[in-house]
Amino acid sequence: MRILTYPEAVREATDQEMSIDPSVIVLGQGVDDPKAILGTTKGLAAKFGPTRVFDTPLSEDAMTGVAIGAALAGLRPIHIHIRMDFMLLAMNQLVNMVAKMRYMFGGSVSVPIVIRSIIGKSWGQGPQHSQSIYPLFMNIPGLKIIAPSTPYDAKGCLINAIRDNDPVIFIEHRLLYYQKSYVPAKPYTTAFGKARILSKGRDITLVGISQMAIECLRASIYLFKETGIRAEVIDPVSLAPLDIDTIARSVKKTGRLIIVDNAWVPCGLGAEIISRLLVESKLKGFVAQRMGFAHTTCPTTPALEKYFYPNAQSIAMKAYQICRPGKKHWRPNTKLKIEEVEFKGPF
Amino acid sequence: MSKISKINLGLTERFYRSLYRIRKVEEEIARIYPTDKIKSPVHLSIGQEAVSVGICEALRLKDKVFGTYRGHAMYLAKGGDLKKMIAELYGKVTGCAKGKGGSMHLIDTNHGIMGASAIVGTMIPVATGYAYALRYRKSNSLVAAFFGDGAVDEGAFHESLNFAALKKLPILFICENNTYAIHSHHLKRHHSDNIFIRARTYGMPSERIGDGDIFKIYRAANKYIAKIRQGKGPAFLECLTCRWKEHVGPNDDFDLGYRSEDEVSCWKKNDPLKEIGLLLSTATRERIESKVQVEIEEAFSFAEKSPFPSKEKIYQDVFAKSL
Ligand SMILES: Cc1ncc(C[n+]2csc(CCOP(=O)(O)OP(=O)(O)O)c2C)c(N)n1
Ligand SMILES: [Mg+2]
Repeated sequence: MRILTYPEAVREATDQEMSIDPSVIVLGQGVDDPKAILGTTKGLAAKFGPTRVFDTPLSEDAMTGVAIGAALAGLRPIHIHIRMDFMLLAMNQLVNMVAKMRYMFGGSVSVPIVIRSIIGKSWGQGPQHSQSIYPLFMNIPGLKIIAPSTPYDAKGCLINAIRDNDPVIFIEHRLLYYQKSYVPAKPYTTAFGKARILSKGRDITLVGISQMAIECLRASIYLFKETGIRAEVIDPVSLAPLDIDTIARSVKKTGRLIIVDNAWVPCGLGAEIISRLLVESKLKGFVAQRMGFAHTTCPTTPALEKYFYPNAQSIAMKAYQICRPGKKHWRPNTKLKIEEVEFKGPF
Repeated sequence: MSKISKINLGLTERFYRSLYRIRKVEEEIARIYPTDKIKSPVHLSIGQEAVSVGICEALRLKDKVFGTYRGHAMYLAKGGDLKKMIAELYGKVTGCAKGKGGSMHLIDTNHGIMGASAIVGTMIPVATGYAYALRYRKSNSLVAAFFGDGAVDEGAFHESLNFAALKKLPILFICENNTYAIHSHHLKRHHSDNIFIRARTYGMPSERIGDGDIFKIYRAANKYIAKIRQGKGPAFLECLTCRWKEHVGPNDDFDLGYRSEDEVSCWKKNDPLKEIGLLLSTATRERIESKVQVEIEEAFSFAEKSPFPSKEKIYQDVFAKSL
């Protein structure tokens, strides 16, 4: 079995699709520079030339429009933002234009673009390099939103996104770049709208978005090794469309749920999942909690930043409280070496 | 009348037909509007037709145009289907956007009309990206992007001109400067009266046509289009013009006091429709006019008779395949 890191999987997916399909192009600030978007576009400019892989001016708004226009003409552009925060400058094109174009033109156009963006965390990313604004997009019809946590899904989902005839927002996370997993060498697609169960369990369901899926996986190890609680960890992978059925089946079994957003909590995926379980899946009598970023601006100093994000310990403690109500306080033994935890399969 | 000897009569007839058709369609829209059959705000181009006609007559079928909510003239000048346009205004399922776009989002990809947007300035980068794809494919076609003087205030305008010049894209930018963004005079929004000169600083040839002369617009378009087709990169035309009616809706707006009737009447005196008409014989004019009248009657009756979209259409076309 061949093991790749997350950025290697993203790079390979792009390279393979560009080789198969000459309509695939890559644009964004720094895509052809020596750092090559943390390696994810490495070698592509040399291999495919400067009309297919090009650096852009610092014009996020217009360059999103340019990608849209190129897609209208039948190209399949991948527009990359090294930080998700920069997408805020492109909201006009993303929300007012691309999400609506097929609809407002009565189905007479297709806009097959992929927007890749990377969420930052730690090393002092601070207020403006750490945001994770997928809940804003989830409110908008006409966008597909994908946030895989494993290299395997990163490759399959990115290929699926490139081949998709609708706009896809593809969300990565800087810390997921350390993840490794089994990744087949051949091109393959991972269909949207299917959640991935990262680990099986019967006591509580932990739904983690993007890098929080990995924190949930780590939490599940603390829980099992130290308390015997078996958590089922789910990575939704696809946020829109959302696979509520897989989550509903799990919660039906466990009766307990924590959703760990990789974003602020209000109006986030936690709110969405709990409401849909109640309203659509008609589940009753389950216990649910939401976790996510502290509702404040992300502080730069590590002394405060450590309180900003949920982590394996805080998730495990919350899960323990839900599974063992009334029991005395439990804190996981952080000496357990779990930083390396990653989901390698089976896929 | 030295003009007449220099110009080709076939072209004059085409100009007249197109100008007349747009004017009469919009006058009919204005006439019908109070009945509330038109389910869409309308931003009429009456007075501004010469810009769209002068440019579009210089384009080929395969060339693409992108426009704004004030887009009836561009749509018709480029050859857009009249029946589908009126049906779209009526909100009918037979409209060019199946009733989901209305007057502000006309599209007819069969005739190279790639759509219009109601958010000021948003189509300029999209048109630029389309031009990128044309160049990438080594196509011989080009893009014409139409927008108003208000769009010049937006960042996307400047970002797009920079990128188009940088990549030498096959695109003609056309600023229809009618002096106002709604009721705001352009010198209340711009330091200087120099939109076309600003375009030049981004690295493309530019020109202002100050009097709305359709022959001048057509000639300038041809000159720049030839250069664009040779791969020389984008060009920019600022066409001064005048909107006769209110910003949105079918009426005059002199009661508002933001502009004087004199400002508009000097443009009305030089109405290109009248001027071009005078270059043709009465018989030719009448032949053109009666054909257009029939076409308009047919289009409005097509719209009247067409059905509204049925309920389940509300979720159609959000995505390529419904989820
Ligand atoms: C981004 C944006 N801001 C404001 C508006 C409201 N608005 C609609 S039309 C218009 C005027 C635009 O003027 P101009 O570009 O000169 O076009 P004209 O109406 O004169 O043809 C404004 C401000 C809008 N639609 N989009
Ligand atoms: Mg104006």
